[in-house]
Formats: sequence, C-alpha cells, structure tokens
Amino acid sequence: MDATPASGIDRRSFLGFVVAGTTLVAAADLLGSPAGAAPGVPQPAELYDLNDFLTEAATPTANLITVTVHDDGTASFELPRMEVGQGITTSTAMLIAEELELPVEKVRVTLADARPELLFNQLTGGSNTTISTYTPIRVAAAVAKGALLEAAAIQLGDTVESLRARAGVIQAPDGRSLTYAELARAAASRTTRPVRVRLKDPAEFRVVGVGHGRIDARDAVTGRKRFATDLRVPGALPTMVCRAPTLNGTPRRLRNKRTILAMPGVRDVALVDTGVAVRAETFGQCIEAIRAMDVAWADGPVAGLSDADIVEELRAAELPLPALPDTPLAQTVEVDVLFYFRSNSAMDTNAAIADVRADRATVWAGLKSPITAQARIAEALGLDQDAVTVHVVQGGGSFGRRLFFDGALEAAKISQAMGKPVKLMWHRADDARVGRGHPMATSRVRAVHAGGQVLAFQQSHTSVETDFRHGLGEIITARSADLPTGLGNLGFAETVFELTQEVPYDFGAITQTLTETDDRFNTGSMRNIYSPDVRTAGELAVDRLAEAMGQDPYEFRRAHLRNGRVRAVLDAVAEAGRWGRPMPTGTAQGIAIHKEYKGCSACLVEIDCRPEQTGRDIRDGVGGPRVTKAVFAVDVGLVLNPRGLEAQMQGGINDGIALALTSSMHLRDGHFLEASWDNYFYTRQWNTPPEVEVIVMPSDSGQPGGAGEAGVAATFAAVACAYARATGEVPAYFPVNHRDPLAFRVKPFVPPVPQSPTNGRKLAW
Amino acid sequence: MPRQTFVLNGRSVTVDVHDDVRVLWVLRDLLGVTGPKYGCGINVCKACTSHLNGRAFNPCSVRVGDLRPHDRVTTIEGLADTGEAAGADLHPMQQAWLDRDVAQCGYCQPGQIMAAVALVRKVRREGRSVTDADLDAIRNICRCGTYTRIREAIAQGERRM
Repeated sequence: MDATPASGIDRRSFLGFVVAGTTLVAAADLLGSPAGAAPGVPQPAELYDLNDFLTEAATPTANLITVTVHDDGTASFELPRMEVGQGITTSTAMLIAEELELPVEKVRVTLADARPELLFNQLTGGSNTTISTYTPIRVAAAVAKGALLEAAAIQLGDTVESLRARAGVIQAPDGRSLTYAELARAAASRTTRPVRVRLKDPAEFRVVGVGHGRIDARDAVTGRKRFATDLRVPGALPTMVCRAPTLNGTPRRLRNKRTILAMPGVRDVALVDTGVAVRAETFGQCIEAIRAMDVAWADGPVAGLSDADIVEELRAAELPLPALPDTPLAQTVEVDVLFYFRSNSAMDTNAAIADVRADRATVWAGLKSPITAQARIAEALGLDQDAVTVHVVQGGGSFGRRLFFDGALEAAKISQAMGKPVKLMWHRADDARVGRGHPMATSRVRAVHAGGQVLAFQQSHTSVETDFRHGLGEIITARSADLPTGLGNLGFAETVFELTQEVPYDFGAITQTLTETDDRFNTGSMRNIYSPDVRTAGELAVDRLAEAMGQDPYEFRRAHLRNGRVRAVLDAVAEAGRWGRPMPTGTAQGIAIHKEYKGCSACLVEIDCRPEQTGRDIRDGVGGPRVTKAVFAVDVGLVLNPRGLEAQMQGGINDGIALALTSSMHLRDGHFLEASWDNYFYTRQWNTPPEVEVIVMPSDSGQPGGAGEAGVAATFAAVACAYARATGEVPAYFPVNHRDPLAFRVKPFVPPVPQSPTNGRKLAW
Repeated sequence: MPRQTFVLNGRSVTVDVHDDVRVLWVLRDLLGVTGPKYGCGINVCKACTSHLNGRAFNPCSVRVGDLRPHDRVTTIEGLADTGEAAGADLHPMQQAWLDRDVAQCGYCQPGQIMAAVALVRKVRREGRSVTDADLDAIRNICRCGTYTRIREAIAQGERRM
C-alpha cells in the first residue's frame, strides 16, 4: 500500500504521486494507519467511533484525490463530498493553500461528479469530511508544491533546498523568482511517478487555524451562488408533482388529463409512482395545474393513523430495562421521554434536473451519496450505471436530508416518462409533509445510586426506523441495508448507534440499547442522528440524579465526568455563563455536555418561561419560552477554520432550541399536518437567543474532529434541563409545545399544495 | 399573450406571460434572475424578499399583471446599484454580510439582506434606529440558524448605510 508514513519516526512523511498530464496534477492516498483499537466494552464509542468506521471505509480508494495546478497560477480540486453550508469547500481550500503555499483566493474547490470508483469515499455524513480528508488533501498539495520546486530548481539552476515557496511564487536566494503560473506546465509529468513528501509541521501553519470567511460568501450575498433550481439546462422546464392525500399514497389515474394539458403554460403530464408530474413554462403554472388535477389515489401505508397510534406502537416495542444491581440502600431515578416526529426540510427543497435519453441520462442535484444515487437511478431507468452522469450541486442546507436522493430519482423517472428534460422542484408543502424527517422515539433512562455513588445507568432508546438505505454512499452497502424485513437496515442502525452513543460519566454499569420498529415513514439521519434525543434524555437523568443526591448539576457533572476534555468544556461554559447566578422565578439556567465525533461540547443556557414570554402573540409563528442566552464551548481537536466552526455551533444552537421547544410534525389521519414554515416552527428571530457566545477550545491535538453536527445535542439537552428547572417539571415529551392546541390552520391535502397569495403589493413595507 | 412591462434592476423589461403568474416565476423561470429564492410560495419564509419601489416585498405573492410599467423591482442582483453603495461593488449591507461571514448554505441570504436593507430604510423613515424588537420581528427564516450573525451584520450595515 502506498502513501503510508515513511517510518514510525517521521510521522509527517508520506508517499504521493505526480500524475501524468499536460499541467501539474498531484495525487495522494489516505494514510494507511487504521485505528488499532477494536470495539471494546462497555462503551465502544469511546475507543472506536462512527468516524473511525467511516474513515476506514474510505481508506482503500482515497489515492484518487488530486490537486491540479493551472497555468494561470491557480490550483483546483474536485472535492468528493457535498457542500451544504457546513463550510467544507472553505476548509478544504485552506488546507490546500497551507501546504501548497498559495493564497486561499487562488484555490478553487468544486464538487466532484459521482465517481463509482471511489466506492465508500464519496459520502458526506457523520461529520466525517474533515477527519477523513485532512491528510490526503495535504499530501496531494505537498506533492504539487514539491514538483513546482523541482521545476523551479531546474529553471533557476539552483537546488530545491535553497528555494522558498510563498504565496504562489518560488524565490531563489539571489532574488530571482518564478510564479506557479510560469511553472505549472514545466512541473507536469509525462508519466505517473511516486514521490515522497514531508508535510508541514502544524506549528508552522499560517492559514489553518486562522478564521477565514467562506470562499463562496461573495456569491451568496450577490445572488450568484447557484443551487439546483438556479441552473439552466436546455429544455429542462419547471416540473412539479401532485401528491397523494395520505403519506406515501400512490396515483391510480388522472381523471382530467385533457383539461390540465390545456392550461396556460402546461406542456406535459405524466404518472409516476410518487404522483402525477406536470411540466410547464413556469413553476407557478405547475402549481395551478396541480391544484386543478382530479386524481384517483391509492392510500399510503399509514392511512388513518395518528401520533397516538405510533406512540402506542413504540411503547409496545420497548424492551424491558436490564435488572438493577441488588443493593439494599439503592435508590432509583427514572426518566422517560417521548420525542415526536421532526422535519429536516431545508430551505432549498428537494430538487433536481434530469435529462434522460434512450441510452443515457444526466442528473444535476445536491447529493451526499451520489454513487448510490447513480446506481439507483440507473436501475430505475434500465440503464447501465456508467450511462448515468451525476453532477453534484451545492445544496441549500441538508440537515441529513440530502443523504437520500428522492428528488433526483423522481426527476429521472419523470424525464424518462415525458421523454424530455425536467427541472423538478418539490413544493414546500411536499418537502415538509412527505420529505424525510427524524423518527418518533422514546428514550428511557434508569439510574441507581447508593451511598453517594451512581451504581448503574441504563438507557433504552426505542425508535421508528431510521432509514440508512443510502449505505456508505455506494450500492453495495446500500444493498445490505436493504435486505428483506429490514434486518439489513437494523444492523446498520445498531452499528451507527453503538458507534456514536456514549455516556462519559463514571456511572458504574452503563448500558445503552436501541430498538427500532416500523419502516413505513420517510426518515433519515437528521442532523446528529440519535444523539440529540439520547443525550437529552440522558442529561435530564443526570440532573435528576444530582437532585436526588443533593448536588448542584454543574458540580455533580464535574465530579463524575471521566474525561478531562469534557470537563474543560463544561468548566468553560460554567465560567463564561456565570453558572449559579441568581435567577428570577420562572427563569433558570441549564447546563449539559456531549461527547461524540472525537469532539466534546458543553452548553449553558438561560431560559425565560414567564408569561410575558410564553404569552407572546406572534402571527404565523409561536413564541413560547425564550432562550435568552446560550454559551457553548466546543473542543473538536485541531481546528481548521475557527470562524466556520463558530458558525456551525451557532446554527446547532438554533437547532437544539427548536427540538426542545417548538418544532415537530403532527401525524393525523395518515398524513403530517405541517405544510410550510407557518406550521413547522423552526427557530426564528423571535426565538433565537439575543446573547450567544461560542468558545472554541484550544487544542494540542494534531487531528481535526467533526463539526457539522456538534452543536445540536448539548444545546437540546441544556434547554431541556433549563426548562425543567424553570418550570419544576421534567417534560414527558419534546418539543414541549407538541400537545398544545395547534398554532396554525391546517392546509388542505386536496389539492396538496396551497395557492400563492396575490396581496403582496399591499404588504410591501 | 399579455405583454408585461416593469423596471427590473434599473432597466425596463417586457415579458410575454399571463397576468396571473406571480412575479417570482417571471423573474426566475422566464428572465433567469435567480437571486430571489423559492422557499414556500405563500409569503411566509421570505426567501424571495426583494424591493418594489424601494420597499420590501415578496414576489411570490404579487401577480405580474399587477405591476405597472414604472414600478421598480430590485432584486439582490441590483442592490449594489441603488445608490446606497456609493460606487462600491457591494451595498454596505452586503459588505456587512461578508465581514460577519453570515452565510452558511446561503440560500436564504439574498432575501435576508434585502429585508435588512428595507428595515434600515423603514426605521430611518420613522426617525429612529433598529432595535432588538425590530430584529425579533424579522420574519425571514434561516434553516442553518445564522440568526446571531444576521443581527450583528444588520448593526454594521445600518451604521454604514
């Protein structure tokens, strides 16, 4: 295996390649040092977590990562991951800039098309991008720099050792210099050859570790950033789908096809398995057509069912908690929490452009598992996988949604049925009601203490199935998650659960188990998968334990944490947030920790549950308790871009607040009620904390951790704990407003999409 | 088919399209102006926020037939040319967004910026400054949760407008 460390002594030396080409192309392989630790007992996630699993899965094929230096002095890199707002194109550009000695502005990072040869190495998930690509990207960039130095040495008649590369220029001791633009072709190789490179000492980093604005920020603020529906592909007219009045219902017949085809702007209509598709000159005319359709439907699999039916089903599936230690003086603390369905609908709805021809197809979409998408689309179209080109487009948010490819697959089927290119966009109402979300779950914790010690901590999580059928991003593991009777997916779910969940306290005998049931819903790994729910139930139990043992929640955690890094983040928020300061009745602080993805986090919030807050009357929204302050500390190990990391934590804080207080889906009579942002109450400006502080912990770690999901779990848990302290009651369900009278009028299911208003002129302000 | 004429980002445009089609689709699907984003189509998410004669409006909720030839529609693409940029490439609010590195996925941000500019203009008309209550009342949703930096950027943008 190539590209392994050169010796046990020099850990910064690696093998890479200069690849044959007319301009300089440098390639690298992943470092071949699989984490030695096997899953251990009793807490596997401590030794070997989801990221080790994903990183090892990515190892064999990463040698295909290449950095190209062009004759205009820029470098380019096709990232085999998907940017959805988490900032990986920026951090990747920073890594290349660092090793290549080129300004960040001269590094272009684009998203790679689906590349089946990458096998496992094209999945964006589990906060794994930085962890798995940190070294190979640097190696490729260092190989490129080495080749440029060699070419310069020849042209300048000097030795490589005497030359210095800086900011895209190579300088000789006598002052003569050559730019990368001048050297790019000279440094190209006619043959592919291996080279040994030495990576920079992190102590010499000038770019990595210094806050950098996003490389796409200017495009974002000028409207130039392109998402799937902004692309123009010849003939790909706006297309939408009329969907069934029950979840996952299917169309039988369009009764008024001729009327629909005669409507203004309408060009084509086609029946597909998910509904009736219409293609028109504008999306507005698609909406009008959908609203006019008279369709015969077959009911979906949960027709007639409501929240209470699924709760009952979950309760029936719960396994008995294990037997408790038999100690005479032992006391038991129990927490039993229900988490309702939640939506991970992003701002940019499911959308894709598809151009399907007789012998080939091209698809453009935001996809985090493009190889699986390519294989499934090929299968659905009856084409070979290599006849399907899949272009990965930046997504307007994901939150787990884009691990699947529902829009891309549907667009391909519609394009095939119509025989024309289509630009498919899901209406918000469909994205909210039919799109994937976080499954309903219960989490039960039972802890036993005696004589000032916690003897046992048992947590049993029971959930509607979390769909992992995207596999590790390619068809082989996706298939194994798709075995009959859900056994394959259950194995995946249990693996993910085992590898992510951990109780980092000295609590004696610790067990955490997962039971999943019911595969009829559209679910997936919503941001941070199981952790927000599992951690929230766990931290509520920790507060109960502290109370039962007569201790302060912060001091109790501090005393029982068995990890110094977690203790450090806990201390950081306690100090910055002035833990224990006097608070008026009806308000409270809450504090919680989380540990996962090789990172540690802690959150302290202050919540105001007084009537002035809860009684706020907000049009098309909910007020409820207000988190007035959030202090968050995060230790992810080596930080690539502290500015981006802070942004991810700020976003995660708002996710955690929504999960605790306001956002959920109500299942009623076989369909989810929430159809838009005036029904589904994600955190808004009137809910967000006016005071937010994020502390990025200094770290001496040489390895980066994951960041995209790290903000959610500790925040959700801290808000839950604060709410319980402010109101004196541990919530039995989340979000806490789920059983309040609905704060909105339910939009109709037939037609499935609402009419656009016409009074916008009057509302201008 | 009716001919629709209005002023888009400083230039008069004419489009052949039925009166009923909402301005958002005329901009995006027919004119290729994609800065205003679709997020709901019912005027609740505010991702399409643009300006009509200098005030915030949502093109998803206005029929193109209700625009008059002299109506000035400004999208994010035309914001820097409105005079408030004083010859710079970017409007002060866009610059504030860059300085605070507000955007994450960026999808809602054109609408956020257009709403922020309209808010500053509104409070100026009322002879006052942006308050926390004004910030709380901003209806533009951001699913990445960039609210903290949006609030910081509006403070900077207001100072420099």
